[in-house]
Amino acid sequence: MLKTQVYTSDGQSPFFDEMLRPDGTPRPAYAEILKWLGGQSRASFKAKQEEADAIFRRLGITFAVYGAAEANERVIPFDLIPRIISAAEWRFLERGIEQRVRALNAFLYDIYHRQEIVRAGRIPSAMVNENAAFLPEMMGFDPPGNVYAHIIGVDLVRTGENGFFVLEDNLRTPSGVSYMLENREAMMHLFPELFAAHRVAPVERYPELLRQTLESMAPRECDGEPTIAVLTPGVFNSAYFEHAFLADQMGVELVQGSDLIIEDGALYMRTTRGKERLHVLYRRLDDAFLDPLNFRPDSLLGVPGLFDLYRAGKVTIVNAPGTGIADDKAVYAYVPEIVSFYTGEKPILDNVQTFRCSIDDERGHVLDKLDELVVKEVHGSGGYGMLIGPHATKKELSDFAEKIRANPANYIAQPTLSLSTCPAFCPEGVAPRHVDLRPFVLVGDRVRVTPGGLTRVAMKKGSLVVNSSQGGGTKDTWVLED
Amino acid sequence: MRIAITHISEYRYDGPAGSAVQALRLTPAPVKGQRLVSWTIDAPGIDSACSYTDGFGNLVHLVSPPADSTVVRIAASGVVETTDTGGVSGLTEEAVVAGAFLRTSPMTEADEAIAAMAEAARRDDRLATLHVLMDAVSEQVVYEPGSTHAQTTAAAAFEAKRGVCQDHAHVFIAACRFLRIPARYVTGYLLLEDGAEAPAHHAWAEAYVDDLGWVGFDAANALCPTDRYVRLGAGLDAASAAPIRGIRRMNGEESLTVDVDVQAMAQSQSQSQSGGSQSQQ
Repeated sequence: MLKTQVYTSDGQSPFFDEMLRPDGTPRPAYAEILKWLGGQSRASFKAKQEEADAIFRRLGITFAVYGAAEANERVIPFDLIPRIISAAEWRFLERGIEQRVRALNAFLYDIYHRQEIVRAGRIPSAMVNENAAFLPEMMGFDPPGNVYAHIIGVDLVRTGENGFFVLEDNLRTPSGVSYMLENREAMMHLFPELFAAHRVAPVERYPELLRQTLESMAPRECDGEPTIAVLTPGVFNSAYFEHAFLADQMGVELVQGSDLIIEDGALYMRTTRGKERLHVLYRRLDDAFLDPLNFRPDSLLGVPGLFDLYRAGKVTIVNAPGTGIADDKAVYAYVPEIVSFYTGEKPILDNVQTFRCSIDDERGHVLDKLDELVVKEVHGSGGYGMLIGPHATKKELSDFAEKIRANPANYIAQPTLSLSTCPAFCPEGVAPRHVDLRPFVLVGDRVRVTPGGLTRVAMKKGSLVVNSSQGGGTKDTWVLED
Repeated sequence: MRIAITHISEYRYDGPAGSAVQALRLTPAPVKGQRLVSWTIDAPGIDSACSYTDGFGNLVHLVSPPADSTVVRIAASGVVETTDTGGVSGLTEEAVVAGAFLRTSPMTEADEAIAAMAEAARRDDRLATLHVLMDAVSEQVVYEPGSTHAQTTAAAAFEAKRGVCQDHAHVFIAACRFLRIPARYVTGYLLLEDGAEAPAHHAWAEAYVDDLGWVGFDAANALCPTDRYVRLGAGLDAASAAPIRGIRRMNGEESLTVDVDVQAMAQSQSQSQSGGSQSQQ
């Protein structure tokens, strides 16, 4: 039996554990899970783990890890123990996320029109207008519904009972939703008895709601039922599986740039049934590669003239080009300001404290405390090119300090976050592991936050890096209903 | 002044053009000092083109010529009435804010030499600075057709000390942005003086001055645009403002002939210029 190996909190851990209080008693949302864990044996868990791995292998859920020579694609580790979020916690998160994505969409509309927030002196002009992620070609355009970021994956971390922070907003082409859906499906197959003991808010409708969201964004001139497609860069993209999965789940075509043609001022896809007019394109391709006529001329992945059609109101590109300015890591520090400017309310969800190396005082602090901070490249993602001060060698610290001095505007720094822990099935038994959370948001004619999201877990003991590119795993995430 | 313009671009391919698209920025903008009396664009596919006003205030037509075309002829023509505003094209209606024209692009990056020239031109008054800068660029970069090409950067042209109007404009813009003065690239037409040897298809720069708005500076001719100038489109640099930008999927040789005719209607003055290529625009 595994019972003795379920960890107990000794009250000494500096980290917030989501299952156990410091006195070792379970938090109410985890009461059933703790009982269930006590009834599992190591052997039965192992068998379930193998079963789970087989399910994911069959589904073909893989993730390309750049720079890992030995295995180009591998299955992301899946942890069997669900992460539980109480109904009250979720209500708070949902309100905070909705407030934030509404404000960020309002910000995008404003900076691509009159820039009232710049005129009001709340954000420096150069931070917006001279930012590489700002797309001047978007100026003066009204996208359908004035929505820019339709599909968002907000990265949240928890550090305490009421301590939730937004780490990144991910307004470009966030991925991971397929893992959320597959994790749930696998769990329902593996542990039906656990679902019987909990009222878990469903996530299964996500593809249907995604489709509704895309349909609601059809160009004004489309009066019938809009035709939708998912645009992928192709099979070599690390998230290709997800592109194919979402197209399949929505019942729409998966296309590449070479499948699309522009004729007579409209976008068409070549299909086995012939040429079909397209109205909404859910693109999983970065702005720079969308359209070689308007952006990077060497892009072979996009469609020449696509951006012109978009601006002419012939097709809707989702998410809109130019949303990257609102999740730029340098702009991130201004998001609380952005929320209060457009909503007139205090931000419900806090930012992680962020030091901008472009500002002399803040850079001085960063260089002084480099061994305590996490430093990120402003335009980086996926955990690449970052420094984790407490885990870095002296040499790594001094090399990074040089990089910051050479190009300060390229870096921001944040304190090392005391990420919360959740129980995970590990070689030594059930042990606490650090987690984050990426809820998925759809913005169309209304804002919908899928209950739960993707929990990423650092499977290595003590590790605070949850990125799948750095060996992190995932968990099913349960939002309990009252 | 009433100015009649005919601007013909003819692309010839060694086989069928294949799948192609062309974005045309070939309609003079409604800026201060000019009014369109009449204007038409004739091009294959123009009747089914989609059109919109882009982020820089240009009217764009996106055309896709038939795939079996071996010749694509694009003709823009019409009559524009101009008045002399001393180069001021004003606060136009486009949504793009001046601050966006402080962005650099690979073609308009200031190197040390351009920065030094810009520093030397710095005066207390922005308008004075701009005039000194225009004269400096005009003196230091000699007009020499064929000395540069469409992708020549401001820094390369300034180092070579020669170029055409595109290079004069790029160097001027790079220097302005270095001095934190918003500046943009402008394409257009020039009604030449009798006997002048220069392309009638022209390019210059506009810089932003508080209270006046955008003011034109033609460093190639060391003067601010007069009523002999017709302003076509604007952008961050020559690539972003190009009157015709196209891509086709078929490989193969192509050639381009540009023919621009600009005439004053009252004085029955005329000049015509043939040859050249899109890169000179």
